[in-house]
Amino acid sequence: MLQPYKELPDTAQRPNTVLQLTVRNHSGTLSHVAGLFARRAFNLEAVLVLPDKNADTSRMWLKVAERQRLSQVVSQLQKLEDVLKVEHDPDGDDIFERTDAAIA
Amino acid sequence: MTSFQPTSDTPADDTKLYSGAEIIVKILERQGIEIVTGMPGGAALPFYDALRQSEKTRHVLARHEQGGGFIAQGMSRVLGTPQVCLATSGPGATNLLTAVADAQLDSIPLIAITGQVPQQMIGTDAFQEVDTYGLSLPITKHNFLVRSARELLYVVPEAFRIASSGRPGPVWIDVPKDVQVERIAVENWPEISTPDTPVPAEQSIVKAAADMLNAAERPVFYIGGGAVSSVGASEKLRALIDDKNLHAVSTLMGLGVLPSDHPRALGMLGMHGALYTHSILDRADLLVVVGARFDDRATGKVAEFCPDAKVIHVDIDPSEHSKLKHAHIAISGDVSTTLDALVPLIEDNPRTEWASEIADYRRRMPLKTPDVDNPTSPYGIIKATFDSAGPDAIVTTDVGQHQMWAAQAYPFNRPRQWLTSGGLGTMGFGLPAAIGAALAAPDKAVVCFTGDGSILLNMQEMATLVEERLNVKIVLLDNAALGLVYQQQSMYYGANHFASTLQEAPDFSDLARAFGIPAWNLGNLSADKARERLHEAFAGDGPALIHCPIEAAEQVMPMVPPGGANRDAIDYDSKPTAEQGDRDHAAAV
Ligand SMILES: Cc1ncc(C[n+]2csc(CCOP(=O)(O)OP(=O)(O)O)c2C)c(N)n1
Repeated sequence: MLQPYKELPDTAQRPNTVLQLTVRNHSGTLSHVAGLFARRAFNLEAVLVLPDKNADTSRMWLKVAERQRLSQVVSQLQKLEDVLKVEHDPDGDDIFERTDAAIA
Repeated sequence: MTSFQPTSDTPADDTKLYSGAEIIVKILERQGIEIVTGMPGGAALPFYDALRQSEKTRHVLARHEQGGGFIAQGMSRVLGTPQVCLATSGPGATNLLTAVADAQLDSIPLIAITGQVPQQMIGTDAFQEVDTYGLSLPITKHNFLVRSARELLYVVPEAFRIASSGRPGPVWIDVPKDVQVERIAVENWPEISTPDTPVPAEQSIVKAAADMLNAAERPVFYIGGGAVSSVGASEKLRALIDDKNLHAVSTLMGLGVLPSDHPRALGMLGMHGALYTHSILDRADLLVVVGARFDDRATGKVAEFCPDAKVIHVDIDPSEHSKLKHAHIAISGDVSTTLDALVPLIEDNPRTEWASEIADYRRRMPLKTPDVDNPTSPYGIIKATFDSAGPDAIVTTDVGQHQMWAAQAYPFNRPRQWLTSGGLGTMGFGLPAAIGAALAAPDKAVVCFTGDGSILLNMQEMATLVEERLNVKIVLLDNAALGLVYQQQSMYYGANHFASTLQEAPDFSDLARAFGIPAWNLGNLSADKARERLHEAFAGDGPALIHCPIEAAEQVMPMVPPGGANRDAIDYDSKPTAEQGDRDHAAAV
């Protein structure tokens, strides 16, 4: 179940968390998101992007280090015009693990 | 892009097809843009040809795209609305970058429109092709690469909305040449876009903030550029501070929100703030931050900034809350509408002890302005310029010591009177920004304080200034040095001056005259004579350059050691210690 992004406790035992973004589907969006992480010096562990069926939007899963500054990066993400929604996907790790297994 | 704009009921001419270029011009006209500025080139020529035919929007030819960007910024900073700069592809676009980055860091609404090579040539390393979208991405609030003429009907109004809504900022529209010439039928023009109405802050949070302020014994307001951007905020803040006996410091960007001579204005905080300002902040038990972002030049070492204070942070951009300093109460909202909700909840409280403590600090540790009665000293020329320019003048600066002397000592009386490059600290800002200010406020004199280093960075705009016959007075503080660099080397690099003296300088008066600008030199004159000349220079309503030689040894004081805490600032009578000159932490100049 997706949850609205709320400030997460800074849990050392869960090093990563997965954010799910709903974004405008055009070629610049990935640059905007990746660029934000790069220039705010925040690690992006993994990214998965899939266009939505209606093709106007895409979904983007970001696996990010769950640290104190995460909420800062989320609020910066929310400012991007092409990012329509930022949610927390507590089961999101799954997607990356399954993808990983599929290509292994 | 499939989003669309609501259409207005203003029909387009249905007997013709509109080119992309004509669509842009038409929307600029409808947005009330009277002046655009920039430089043409191949990839922008269809647009320029459409602009030539406009009866509502005129073009001011900049002599360098960076100059054009700053001219548009000068207009934006005075008017508070997005203004437009133009460039061609490739070098035109790269030349614009600095001015746009500057707008981003100071939250100035700006629209940059560039030509791009035709779409079928994008990605082929075509002549004058650069990845403008990629270059502009990290330095804009948003950017567009337009794919069709029809998209312009959405993108251009949307750019105005984005630039002016919430926290303002620059938006870049890159338009390939084939999009500029593509012709389409237009039924109705899109609605004229306006800024989104700010969402009022939650009442419960405002109430909590009021309770915290009412309970505070030693509150201080901390006013930033957001209080300039927010329409009506300045009047409301003044009223609140007057009615409730509150006190406020200002950032570099917030100067003018309170008049400098306001009895409860506590000066500018930061690297060159007065000692009393920082001592009072050290004692504060509550900071009410309105439209400011805890810039490191303002806070000094942030971990030691206002150690005893709780923080109420009002900012329209929630990502500023707790970014650098924890906000005990974070209010996401526009300053002006937040004040509407907050002010009625604030109780009367004379806080006499705090007021007398403040008065005591002020008396004991004032801002020193040595030699202020000598018009060819640093503070003296700032003051004498004010005496000649009068309280209505708009002031721009370049970057360096002259900027800080002006920030410390010029008597400001209103927001949007003071135009300076705060966040990016861009040398070369002053002259073109002054041109923009004069274009936006033709009834006012504009003063540009500059240095012998900075003036050379956008000197070519003197030609624009003369062509437009604007009332801009350039006051050049000539210390034959990159003064602020020279000062830091004096203080923190063992007085080993390197690459910071400017001996082989042009004769600035002759240089100005070569452009057609009358020049006055204040060198080697008695104080009275110098003042007289300054008055003469200000008498006309066209451009003038006033050349004021000063000593390279003059320093801006106080100074917080780069990387140090504000309380460790040194003043004229103290010398820096070895630890204070921690080179590893030397902040950028
Ligand atoms: C574009 C740019 N390059 C370099 C700097 C670094 N810098 C800051 S102040 C300064 C010296 C400015 O000299 P001048 O304009 O003569 O002013 P002064 O400090 O002497 O008043 C320099 C080089 C800068 N701020 N901007």
